[in-house]
Amino acid sequence: MKSLILRVATRYLSALLLIFSVYMLLRGHNEPGGGFIGGLVGATGFVLYAIACGTTMAREALRVMPQSIAMAGLGIALAAGLFSFFFDDAFFTGQWLFIGETEDDKGYPISTVLFFDIGVYLVVFGSILTLVFAMEEEI
Amino acid sequence: MAQAPDRSTGALDYLVVRKIYGNKAPQSGSDETGDKMAQATGDGPKSNGILGPVPVLIPLAIFIWSLSFIGPVSNGEVVRLSYDWVPSLGISLSFLIDGLSLTFTLLISGIGALVMLYSNTYLAGHPQYGRFMLYLTSFMLAMLGLVLADNLISLFVFWELTTITSYLLIGFDNESAKSRRSALQALLLTGAGALALLAGLIILGVAAGTFEISEILAKGDEIRAHALYLPILILVLAGAFTKSAQFPFHFWLPNAMAAPTPVSAFLHSATMVKAGVYLMARLHPALSGTDVWMWTLTIFGAVTAVFASVLAFRQTDLKQVLAYTTLMALGTLTLFLAFDSGYAITAFTTFLITHSLYKAALFLMVGCIDHGTGTREADILGGLGRIMPFTAAAAALAALSMAGIPPFIGFIAKELMYAGAVEAATSPVFVASMALAANALMFAVAGIVAFKPFWRPGQPTPVEPHEAPWPMLAGPIILAVLGLIVGIAPGLIQGTLVTPTVAALLGSADEAKELKLWAGVNLPLFLSLGTFAIGFVLYVFHQPLRRTLAAIDARAPNFDRGWDRVLDGLKALAEFQTRLIQSGVLRRYIFITFATLFAAIGTTLYLRTDLPDLEGIEVLAPKQWAVVALIIAGTISVVLTRSRITAIAALGVVGIAVALIFIMYGAPDVAITQLLVETLVVVLVAIAMLSLPFLDKPGRHDHRPLDAVLALGVGTVTTITMLLVLQQPIDLRLTEYFEQTSWPEAFGRNIVNVILVDFRALDTFGEIAVVVVAALSAYALLRTTAKEAQ
Amino acid sequence: MEILLSISVGVLVAAAVYLMLARNVLRFIFGLILISNAANLVIFTSGRLTLGAPPLIEEGALLPPEGVANALPQALVLTAIVIGFGLFAFALILVYRAYTTLGTLYSDDMRVAEPRSEDAG
Repeated sequence: MKSLILRVATRYLSALLLIFSVYMLLRGHNEPGGGFIGGLVGATGFVLYAIACGTTMAREALRVMPQSIAMAGLGIALAAGLFSFFFDDAFFTGQWLFIGETEDDKGYPISTVLFFDIGVYLVVFGSILTLVFAMEEEI
Repeated sequence: MAQAPDRSTGALDYLVVRKIYGNKAPQSGSDETGDKMAQATGDGPKSNGILGPVPVLIPLAIFIWSLSFIGPVSNGEVVRLSYDWVPSLGISLSFLIDGLSLTFTLLISGIGALVMLYSNTYLAGHPQYGRFMLYLTSFMLAMLGLVLADNLISLFVFWELTTITSYLLIGFDNESAKSRRSALQALLLTGAGALALLAGLIILGVAAGTFEISEILAKGDEIRAHALYLPILILVLAGAFTKSAQFPFHFWLPNAMAAPTPVSAFLHSATMVKAGVYLMARLHPALSGTDVWMWTLTIFGAVTAVFASVLAFRQTDLKQVLAYTTLMALGTLTLFLAFDSGYAITAFTTFLITHSLYKAALFLMVGCIDHGTGTREADILGGLGRIMPFTAAAAALAALSMAGIPPFIGFIAKELMYAGAVEAATSPVFVASMALAANALMFAVAGIVAFKPFWRPGQPTPVEPHEAPWPMLAGPIILAVLGLIVGIAPGLIQGTLVTPTVAALLGSADEAKELKLWAGVNLPLFLSLGTFAIGFVLYVFHQPLRRTLAAIDARAPNFDRGWDRVLDGLKALAEFQTRLIQSGVLRRYIFITFATLFAAIGTTLYLRTDLPDLEGIEVLAPKQWAVVALIIAGTISVVLTRSRITAIAALGVVGIAVALIFIMYGAPDVAITQLLVETLVVVLVAIAMLSLPFLDKPGRHDHRPLDAVLALGVGTVTTITMLLVLQQPIDLRLTEYFEQTSWPEAFGRNIVNVILVDFRALDTFGEIAVVVVAALSAYALLRTTAKEAQ
Repeated sequence: MEILLSISVGVLVAAAVYLMLARNVLRFIFGLILISNAANLVIFTSGRLTLGAPPLIEEGALLPPEGVANALPQALVLTAIVIGFGLFAFALILVYRAYTTLGTLYSDDMRVAEPRSEDAG
């Protein structure tokens, strides 16, 4: 892929897709979206980048090995599930904390469920990039 | 492989090999074994080090511990210990200590201690000594669990553990093909019996409504009247008969003598082979008393006893002789379990103890002879009395008990047997003559084993004979002397072991008969005198008789060879069906899979249901028709095209059309996921295509009419099944629950996402784990290819 | 529409089976993609179809509006799609590796694990 226009455009497009993927992830609990979709969108952005600029640059931009990202995601999801152990609840029971809670407004919620979804995001993101990078490099 | 069990030197112990062949390579593959043994018998260090005798302490401790139960048990108490194991299935680890299990426990741990002490010297310096002791100790613990278990299922588990440890011990000399064959034979035969036993025990447990043995024993009448009594009996007896080597399953036991001699003494005479007898005795209160029980046990026991005695007579290897007399003992024990008279059961108990004492002693004694002379051939051995005085003494004491000479316990056992036979309600003449024949042969065998090698002239042995060291003599001497002591003072075992055991089998201690040397002038005494007379004649003429028997035996059907034929047949069958089903052609496997699916669903549809109701096709908007048309058109293009690019594009069309359906019917999350995945699929396929060839070889078309017929069939039944499913009412309770709790309890307004990350998070976790595994293994596949290419 | 989708699923399955029986393993993979799509449609349709009402709860409401689409099969299908993708990618790479190692895409010629009996002898 030698087209300069494509390479420059892809940089911005990939960045946009990455931001969009995080947006999809975070809004997922209330609107269409979530970890699976977010992970897929983010991965698509990087796949585009890898096609346009090569996997070497894509790997550099990513900084971390994609399989490490996938494993970290699995670990985060597991930790989010195990967290309920401290509250004497069954495995994978969601735990919630509302910051700035008032009588009318629940404030900003933070929950193990969100961390679980982040884990899903990282797993999907990392796994797909593992596959695509490897295929791009080996084939 | 097809070796008869009666080839003279039956079990090639290392000792025999080493001594006969020296360091020259023998024709069989046993030269390594010989070398291995050189360490044990040659000039090398002859010790297992300081840890060698440690295993002896385990059985010794158990023996002493079990002695403490003699008090309560002789008072008629039954000790029961129980721990829940699988409570939902009614399986518990419960143990029962009554007369029967205590007798067995004492025999197992007591003989176990002596055998382990013996092994420490017998296998001194053997490189695999540690392994041997581990197996032997595991076996002993399994056997103890078996006799103490008060739950049918845990009894079975221990039963199988003894089978496995026995397999390991028979095959201990794993470099000898004969050992391996014998081990496998024992494993398969007793394992097959155990399967029957498992079925029998489960039916028994279900019929009785409990798996606790102590509760089952109280329900004897109920079980005997149960409709499933006969299947239970047949299955349980199949397990017991194979384990205790009853005719026609007897042939594995003589082959099992391939094990080192201490193993033969412990497992294959004193303990494990008695597990079947133990089981029959344990369940005696629940199953005995019917005609089927009585006749089955009488016939199998009697045939085994006499058949084995005759074959014992025919052997020349001392260890084989003893193996066949063990069979005879097992037959006799089975025979007396057929009845429920006081004399029969007292005879059973006494003979059980007697036999364990003298037979273990004799086996260990043969090991001493083997160790001291290098051979076990009865025809060669002779004149050892002066050189091996202690071995000779132990042999004499044990053999006198075996021959049933007063004042040994063997005499009392024999008298009781005759009394029990005479008392047998339906067949006294048959049982008495069987017992007479077996005992007379036993008398003669005792002479062959313990008299001739020591006091008659013999031929030069491979090794200059020498006396065995004291740890090897301790076992035989202690066991043989015990046979004399309890013969003179039968009261020692009367109240402590015999009466409680009879009480365990017959329910009342009053049924037990008194053990005494002088019971007056009666029929059993005359039968005893007759036994001595016949036995003496048999001994005197044993060499011509043996030749005659050998001639007959050579022509008779051989069970061991029959076994080989069964195994060969099994292998041929396996090969045939593997060739039939596993052609190695992937397409054929897939074809069979789908054809089976088609046949199963199609037959069910044909037999069970009417065709679905196709009425009421709703009026559909053009966009709905269009989406379906896209799916079908795309699908057909994928099938028909010969171009890779068209195929990828058509697959994309199908994927996007499916995504459109998701959008139309209110599933935005699913639709987005589908679209993104579809994009990535196209990317991956496009990358892979760069280096893969075309779909078809030039000039070859992909026409497969038979496959097409099957494909259409599977597609049709899928559609019909789906239509039928859709006509069923739907259960929406789960969906409603998620809808109602999604916001109030899980604080999420996207119900699909809440289900994924909260309600069913564990499932999702499993799924993302699968994704990671798929990615990592695909990555590994690619990377190893790259390395190989370099 | 349920009837129409049932027929579509039948067509997809028939095509998938035919492709999976092909000699070329690349066609097998095409069949695999089609049968995953068919399976997803089966799950989705079994939960019944509801036009244009996604299972979302409005801001301020406690419950979703009456008659929204069934959320449960959607959750199942969503993960099934992702897993199906993982399976597909693995199969594709397996095929690629088989081709580089064995030099063929025809399953009849891939006889390393189960050699023909004449080869074995």
